[in-house]
This record gives sequence, C-alpha cells and structure tokens, in this order.
Amino acid sequence: MVENYRPKIGVYICHCGINIASVVDVNAVVEYASKLPGVVVARDYSYVCSDPGQGMIKEDIEKEKLNRVIVASCSPRMHEPTFRNTLKDAGLNPYFLEMANIREQDSWVHEDKEEATEKAKKLVEAAVAKALLLEALEEKEVDVTPSCLIIGAGIAGIQAALDIAEAGFKVYLVEKSPSVGGRMSQLDKTFPTLDCSACILTPKMVDVANHPNIELMTYSQVEEVEGYVGNFKAKIRKKARYVDFDKCTGCGDCAEACRLAGRIPSEFDEGIGNRSAVYLPFPQAVPAVYTIDPERCLQLSKGKCGKEGPKCAETCQAKAIDFEQQDEIVEVEIGAIIVATGYDIFDANRKPEYGYADNDNVMTGLEFERLVSASGPTGGNIIVGRDKKGEGGYEPKKVAFIHCVGSRDESVGNEYCSRVCCMYLAKQAHLIKEKLPDADITVFYMDVRAFGKGFEEFYDRVRREGIRYIRGNPSEIYRKGDDHTLIIKVEDTLTGTPLEHESDLVVLGVGLEPRRDIREIIDLFKLSQSTDGFFLEAHPKLRPVDTASDGIYLAGCCQGPKDIPDTVAQAKGAASSALILMASGKVKVEAQVSVVSPDECRGCGFCIEVCPFGAIELVDENRMGNIVKVALVNEALCKGCGSCAAACLSGAIQPKSFKDEQILPQIAVLGVKS
Amino acid sequence: MSEEFEPNIVAFLCNWCSYAGADLAGTSRMHYLPNIRTIRVMCSGRVNPLFLVNALQQGADGVLISGCHPGDCHYLEGNYYARRRFMLMHKLLEHVGVDPGRVNMSWVSASEGAKFKDVVEETVTKAKEAGPMDQFRRRQINW
Repeated sequence: MVENYRPKIGVYICHCGINIASVVDVNAVVEYASKLPGVVVARDYSYVCSDPGQGMIKEDIEKEKLNRVIVASCSPRMHEPTFRNTLKDAGLNPYFLEMANIREQDSWVHEDKEEATEKAKKLVEAAVAKALLLEALEEKEVDVTPSCLIIGAGIAGIQAALDIAEAGFKVYLVEKSPSVGGRMSQLDKTFPTLDCSACILTPKMVDVANHPNIELMTYSQVEEVEGYVGNFKAKIRKKARYVDFDKCTGCGDCAEACRLAGRIPSEFDEGIGNRSAVYLPFPQAVPAVYTIDPERCLQLSKGKCGKEGPKCAETCQAKAIDFEQQDEIVEVEIGAIIVATGYDIFDANRKPEYGYADNDNVMTGLEFERLVSASGPTGGNIIVGRDKKGEGGYEPKKVAFIHCVGSRDESVGNEYCSRVCCMYLAKQAHLIKEKLPDADITVFYMDVRAFGKGFEEFYDRVRREGIRYIRGNPSEIYRKGDDHTLIIKVEDTLTGTPLEHESDLVVLGVGLEPRRDIREIIDLFKLSQSTDGFFLEAHPKLRPVDTASDGIYLAGCCQGPKDIPDTVAQAKGAASSALILMASGKVKVEAQVSVVSPDECRGCGFCIEVCPFGAIELVDENRMGNIVKVALVNEALCKGCGSCAAACLSGAIQPKSFKDEQILPQIAVLGVKS
Repeated sequence: MSEEFEPNIVAFLCNWCSYAGADLAGTSRMHYLPNIRTIRVMCSGRVNPLFLVNALQQGADGVLISGCHPGDCHYLEGNYYARRRFMLMHKLLEHVGVDPGRVNMSWVSASEGAKFKDVVEETVTKAKEAGPMDQFRRRQINW
C-alpha cells in the first residue's frame, strides 16, 4: 500500500451524450485537469458510466497504477455507488473516488458556455485537491434482524405484510384505528371492474389476522424508533380498548346496550351513520373485537354512566369490559420498516363556494361511497336528507358530480392531480344510474383523465348509459328557496354558455391529501416531503419505494395519490425491497464515520453533547502514565454527519472523507477567482 | 469599474436536502447564475464556522450554508447546531466589519429546486452589493 502515499490520479470527464458536452468544453477541462498536481491520466468519454467507460477506468487503474479516481459527470447522489464498485472491481479501495458534479450543478443550470466551462474546471480542481488527501476506508457489515415493521394496515400495508410473511419473515403490522382495512374498506364498488371492494379486501384482512408470521397490533401507534438499517428498535403503544381482547366474542350486545347507542357520528360511515361509545367500526372489522371510545364513553370521560353504572359491562356475558385497562408498551426489534400510512380526503369546507357545510345534500365522494354501500347506514338505498334518527329523506332525481374539488387547484395549495377522482365519479354516476334509472345525472369536469387499464372503456360505457358530461368548473352552489333544490352556477366552456343547473344531490369529487397527522410520522422516521406534501421517494423514477433513510420504504398513497392496483403494486415493491435486506441477512454500515485522534483530544466532551445518536463516549487513556479521558466513537451508531467535528475545539474528531484537511483544500481552490 | 463585478460564492450544501435540491434544480433545467461553487458535506452541522472565515480569506466574496428545514434534518438536529454556529459567526463577522450580506444561510429541501435557484440569486445579489472581498485575504496555502 506504500504507493498510495504518492497520489496518482486519474480524471475522467463525462460528455453524458450532449448533456454536458453541449455546454461545457470537455476538451478544455481535460487539458486543464491533466496539468493539475498528482494527475497522471485525464480522459474524456461519451458515457463514463457505461460498461466501456468503466472498463477504461479499470484498465487505467491496472496499467497506470492509479490510486485515486475523479469522475466529473452527474451528481454523486446518482452514480457514486456505480463508480465505487468500479474501483472495487479493479482492486482499489472504493473510497479513493471523488466526483465533480458538472451536470446537475453546472451544464444543466448554466447557459453561458465559457462560464460553465470555467466552473467545471474549478469543480474538477477542487475534487483533485480533495482526492490528494483521501484515505482508504473499511466497509463493515452487520447482521440484519429478520423482521419488518409495517405502519398502516390499509390495502398497502396488508399486501406488503402478506408478501413478507409468506416469504417466511416476521412482520409487525401496526394500525392506528381499531380495525385493519383502511380507506379501501369504506368503498362500495371499485372502478373500472365494479368488483365489490369488501369482497376482495376482507379475505386479505382475515389472512393478516391469522397468518402465523404476522403480529397484528390494531389500535396501536409507534412512539419511538431508533437504530439504523437492519437493526431498528421501535416502541409501540397498544392503546387500551377497555375491552378484553381475548374474552370479547364480538357479539355486539354491549353496543346495543350503550346509553349513547346511535348518538355518535361514525368515522367509518363518514358521519352519515351513527355508532355507540363502545363500537366495532364496521361489521367485517378485523379483529372483531369491540373498542370503547374513551372520549365519548360516559364512564371513562365523566366517571359516571347513568345511575346504575355502565350498561355495557352489565350486558356482556363474556365479562370482557374492563374500565381499568391500561395502555401497553411493546418493544420490537426489526430490520426494515415500511411506511403505508395512506391519505386523508380534501376537506370540502376549504371550498366554501360549494356550500358543503350548509347543505346536507352536498356530500363528498367518500360520504357517497358509504351512502351507496350495501353495508352502509341506508343499506345501499340512495336516500338523502334523513334526520338525526335516520328517518325521512328523499330519493334524488337530479344528481350532479363535480370534478377536481381540492385537486389541480392552486387556490387551495394543491397543484397535483389526485388520479382517482375522474374514475370514482364515473363509477358513482354509474351506480346511481343502476339504482335510480330515471335519475338525471350530470358530471361537471375540467378534463377526464381515464389513463389506466380499462379506464377509458369504462368512461365510454358510462357516457353511453346517458350520463351527461359538461365541461366547466362550477363557481358557486347554493340552495334555491326552501326545498332541497340546489343551483349550480357554471359555464359550459365548450359552448361558452353560462348555466344555472338545478340539482337535488351534489357529489363533490374531493381529492386526496397527505394525512393531517403526517408530521408525527415525519418526526418519527425523519422522512422528507415533496412539494405536494406527500412523502418524498429516494428517486422519482428509479427508486420509487425507497426513502433517503436506508431500510425505510414507502407503500401506497402516503407517497402520492394512487388507485388500488398501483397501491398494491407499490406495496409489493416495498415488500420486495424489505425482503432483499432480510433475505441477504447482511447490510453494509456507513464507512464514513467519525474518528478521534486520541493524542489531540482534550476530553472536554463537547462532541458528546452535540452527537444526535449518542455514538461518542469518554474512555480512559494512558498518556505517559497519566490516565486522561478521551472521546471514542462507536462506529455502529455513528452516521457520519460530522456535527462533532464542527464542535471540537482541537480538531481531534473528524468524519472520514469529510475531514477538515479534506474540505479546506476544496475551499482554497473554490475561493480563488478564476 | 468598467466591467460589472462578478462575486465568487462558496456554498456548503448538506447531502440530503440542499445538495439534492440543487440537483433537482439541474434536473428541472432551471437556470441560475454560475457564480456559485459547491462543496458537499453530509450535514450542515458539519460546517465548522471557521470554514466561512477561511473561504473569505481565500478570496471568496460570499458564502452560503444550506441545510434541511428545521425538523427535517437527516441527522435529527445537525441543522439546529449549524444555525446557532452560523448566527454567532455572522455577528462576529459583522462586528469585525465584514458586510453581513456576504455570509448567508438558508433551508432548501430536496424538493425545492426552485427555491435553491432563488437562494443562489439572492446570495449573489447580496455579495454584489457588498463588492469585492479584500478585507482579510491572505496568502494562498498550498495544501
């Protein structure tokens, strides 16, 4: 390894087709680089990342005995791993690579060729300056705990859990609400095939509850996560149900007996139906165990339920009601984490012009799903305007659907398309036509985006059924007179005609939004959000299920709006990513960790205070017979952020590959004007 | 001055947010001023405040530190340390007579390519107003 002390640097400037070469004068950069200190070879190539490009580097390493390699091309976030492997294949330590980003941060953002070329020269020079002082680092491997934590048991979480469990690995499936199933369980039929949502979902719900490899934790929340890829630890709070999980038979006597029976709006039914304080969210809920809502239950919130005490406990023959039950904290060790927390629907009150708050015959798409569902509060009969007891009401005769409520709308801060509304409104229009053949149905749209498999055909079918599509975005919806007639003010933009359309039921095609409690998950896992507020994937095209944190994957609508097939596909992708980790059983840990020079350390402990991972401790050191305290880094916990180095007064602690002596030469090069 | 003064800016960008944001600006083909020269660090918390002084000494006319938004740090809290250190150094530099517009700090996330462009333009404008930095230039060090 002695030859490593005399740097022999190879510089490779990539054309990236014309991506770089059309703006940066590659030949000038090569010439400049060849004269830099330590540079033995400087070459350019059309695509350095290609097989022949990498072959060229390998050949030079062998022939010219290169011991440092600079690749000036795209962002290191893109191809650093590629070129590290190239070095490794050629027998060179992969950490002798340095990259200069002359594409994303040069040729793509600057138009002036001269300036861009000057900048490329400087960036290459800085890379050379740093490379002179690079060191060989050792890559270490640690074992992966063969289990996975999945957060959210909607269709995404369920599918991922089943795939991983089937492959033979342990899954902890954590769901916040009392039942698995998520949003999909609230839907009636699914577009474009009109399968009944419950019929295809419930078998999977039962499977996750029964699978020997899945530990299902409903009504539970992850409270703390620590560790790193392959070796996470999570604390999960199993909230008290106040019903004994093992004793409850799910008979439902308690719910009928509850003094508040039918007086609390049901979350599952989107407030159209009612529940008791002790409840099962919906009949097919898994697990079929009742839960007491501690905020509504009189005994739990007020300490007193009637004169004779709680009726539920009295009725329950299994003696399952237990008001003394406490939250339980469970700690689990896992190797991988899948986040499948789903979405919330757009709050229609943020578009006050649509009169959602004032009119009970203006409803959201999800409310309509519950209304039309056979298991819903009306038994699938389309009856609108019922009173609180669920009586009265009427069958609508003129129904209107509004597209893009809260999607593609900058005024509410959502520029994105929610991807499902066009089709779910078409499906709902079809369902009304099926149940009320005489109803007059109109759909107001901006564009119809029927992009998926079978979507266009379904949209065509719906139009042929006599459903009228009018292009125009309503400006206002208001009640006319005392009856339930609504007026929709809209311009038909294809004919330029202003309309005042009458209707007695309006369904708003509300879009999908990031969950309102998304912040909790962000804080827990340190995930990033994209501009639309959903979780940011590691790469928009090539790593759509990965996050910036190794070992944490995304599935379903928490990453962006999608329909059920796309959600299932992504869940399977996330499951396969987690499986790769668990099946290989080993994972490389960060080699770029901090290291202490014990001779320089004065033992003040400032680094310990700033280290976010508790990776540093003070140990005894024998300095010429005197025992002194010096810092020591635990390499398994250190993630290489380098906060310690900036806090150190003597420069004794330094992150490898980002040491002061490696950054200062870069500053020296870049500081000087060209 | 016959020719307009073009300042030279050294930027320290954290790997996870701001460097990724700068990459996104590139992927989205947003054009910005070429005065900026980037040094990638893993975390804005890695930036020793002395790096700022060092950059100004070496001849940079302006410095930029950019990290993840508060609360989003990939390393939990590095950006908070960066902010505190920056504030102290900012005050000190102002005290010794360096135009405060030369040293800048911003939060740019991985999805904010457009914001990165704005930050660059703003940093360059401020450095332009401050003029060439020759207050404490020292000899070039050959590392």
